[in-house]
Amino acid sequence: MSKTATIIKREFLSRVKKRSFLVMTILGPLLMAAIIIVPVVVTQISDSDYKIAVVDDTDLFYESFEDTENIKFSPLGTNIEHAVGMMHDGSFDAVLHIPEVAFQAPSSMRLFSEKSVNINARVLVENILRHEFESLKLGAAGIDEEILRSIETPIRIQAIRIKDDGELITDYPEISMGLGFVSGLLIYIFIFLFGSQVLRGVLEEKTSRIVEIIISSVKPFQLMLGKIIGVGLVGLSQFLIWIVLTFAIVGAFQLAAPDLFRFTPDEQVFITGAQALSTEEIEAQREYVQQDDTIAGQLLEGLLAINLTVMIISFVFFFLGGYLLYAALFAAIGSAVDNEADTQQFMLPVTVPLLISIIMAQFVITNPSGPVAFWLSMIPFTSPVIMMVRIPFGVPYSEILLSGALLVAGFVLTTMIASRIYRTGILMYGKKSSYRELWKWIRHS
Amino acid sequence: MKVLLKAENISKDYSNHRALNKVSMEVPEQSIFGLLGPNGAGKTTLIRIINQIIGPDQGRIILDGEPLRPGHVHQIGYLPEERGLYKKMKVGEQAVYLSRLKGIKGPEARNMLKSWFKKFDLLPWWDKKVEELSKGMQQKVQFIITVLHRPKLLIFDEPFSGFDPINVNLLKQEILKLRDDGATIIFSTHNMGSVEELCDNIALINKSEKILEGEVDKIKKEFTSSIYEIEVTEMRKPVEDLLDERFRLISSSRKNSTYSFRIKIGEDYGTNELLSEILPVAQLISFKELTPSMNDIFIKKVTGRFPQERVADMDQANKNQIQ
Repeated sequence: MSKTATIIKREFLSRVKKRSFLVMTILGPLLMAAIIIVPVVVTQISDSDYKIAVVDDTDLFYESFEDTENIKFSPLGTNIEHAVGMMHDGSFDAVLHIPEVAFQAPSSMRLFSEKSVNINARVLVENILRHEFESLKLGAAGIDEEILRSIETPIRIQAIRIKDDGELITDYPEISMGLGFVSGLLIYIFIFLFGSQVLRGVLEEKTSRIVEIIISSVKPFQLMLGKIIGVGLVGLSQFLIWIVLTFAIVGAFQLAAPDLFRFTPDEQVFITGAQALSTEEIEAQREYVQQDDTIAGQLLEGLLAINLTVMIISFVFFFLGGYLLYAALFAAIGSAVDNEADTQQFMLPVTVPLLISIIMAQFVITNPSGPVAFWLSMIPFTSPVIMMVRIPFGVPYSEILLSGALLVAGFVLTTMIASRIYRTGILMYGKKSSYRELWKWIRHS
Repeated sequence: MKVLLKAENISKDYSNHRALNKVSMEVPEQSIFGLLGPNGAGKTTLIRIINQIIGPDQGRIILDGEPLRPGHVHQIGYLPEERGLYKKMKVGEQAVYLSRLKGIKGPEARNMLKSWFKKFDLLPWWDKKVEELSKGMQQKVQFIITVLHRPKLLIFDEPFSGFDPINVNLLKQEILKLRDDGATIIFSTHNMGSVEELCDNIALINKSEKILEGEVDKIKKEFTSSIYEIEVTEMRKPVEDLLDERFRLISSSRKNSTYSFRIKIGEDYGTNELLSEILPVAQLISFKELTPSMNDIFIKKVTGRFPQERVADMDQANKNQIQ
């Protein structure tokens, strides 16, 4: 085994064996799974029935309040004081009072409750009453409600993208936005997290004074490269474990409590339909589902519209390329200083391009093929994040390849510069280095 | 004698000063070579060049008849002045790792390490983390790693700093054994007294330049101070009466009935002339030449005078002799 491989192995194993790695590896997916599962569970828990007593002094609206899945209405013929008394006894969660003057003064209506009023219930009540009041007013003005409703025309334009080969695909920018931003953000986090691990590793070798023992048997470049690759593999493994475990936990939860994740009726049409119906009918069903705007249908369609192969390959490539580019710079910083506090002065020029890319990502999302997006996805310092943001919207292969080639050239260049700083820096003890000093190291060695 | 390592006109410039200026030296095979000089003289730079950690601006190094090439790192064992270990890593694991970087296969390294660890009473610490070891034990581990791959050339930069006297002796024994087994050893130190009795040859470096090189015995002879120490008893005449312009009394002391004098003999005279003055009037106990220490020689070379020649430095000279 070559020496670099020996170094990579040590860097990898010494980190993977640490307790903090184990903790992070388990906590990460738990956290991510919780982010997915908790909202589902919470909505289910708060879905216990909310009972509202209706006291309608006008006697006009009792019929209008229809129960929903978890908000139940009870018409009460009694007076308001009695109803409030029943609420105190615990028979109801809230009391809606529509006074006689409600029609003239709608603001006189009240929803009483002991605790703060359930926001969903309030919105529901408001909607029902608004509708009823509109109908009454329309009737009073002599306008047929049916006619009015028929005037309302729902408009939904399908965005169609014509691909290079002439194929038409439905475009869902929201999904591209989400996917792009999440990928970009992951790369950003990965670079920061593991780049700074490289920095700390180099610093550890320098402060523990082991570095000179090692570089009398291997070249400084081998040591630096071994560390960068070793830490990178740690990051990659952790990342893969996170993804697999997150899916496993969410999947297991789904199996354990299928009710929480059951499909909406619309999706069921789509799924049961696929088994029994002819192709045309399935198409029709599909059309129906799409028209019906279900989120799941859109998500599926949106994901299919994105070239996932290109997406995954590019993600891995830009993920690693970006890491290599920045890790070399982090290694150089670690070699140039004597302790962690001194790293600050050199961190700025390395972190600024990263911060710019994540800030600009939010603008690039809204205009993924504009000139700003194009140039930021070509500059190797910003391209790992920005290109990943753009790819779900569809980027010509030529641009991806150019950006990839530039990124490779970029990390070769930063590694060369970094190795020059590194091999001088690791042997400098007790000297505070300045940018001028670093420049000398780059030029002279 | 065959020369193992040869430095030819080595110069090295750093951005704001010249660390080495045309330094040449020859290290004979199977000998102990002292690279001596004060801090900042350029010793470590020269050693790093030999280890190919940095390259010289001018000149070249010949090892075993060949110009230095990358493969030579396996034939050199280097214990740097700035030395340490990974604090959080286990001792044995770390020793195996560092040995593998020297090109020894894992299982082989393990076996060899175990026997060295046994010799140095370190075996119970094999699975402990380095941070649990005392500084002396860590130094022993580093020493083992340096010599494990049986290199032809061993370079120790300030080897005895941080060691207690017992371990210094242990180390010196091991180093002598390595020399007897065929290794060539370079000691680099500013503490000249600590290695001079071990060295066969030395080079003195001061302010980036080599100022002296050669066999220790020859150098000492060359730099003889002509100061003699005489111990007598039953003194029947004051010493001052015995001495004329041929001899100069540098110091005298008395303990009970024993007198001891230090006397410098003039250039054209010998020891017999001094003794012939003393023997008639006193009982001689001992008579010996005060050979200059390397430290004295260094000072003489730099300043032109031996420290003993100044009375104020007498105590220092005494200490040097005791060492």
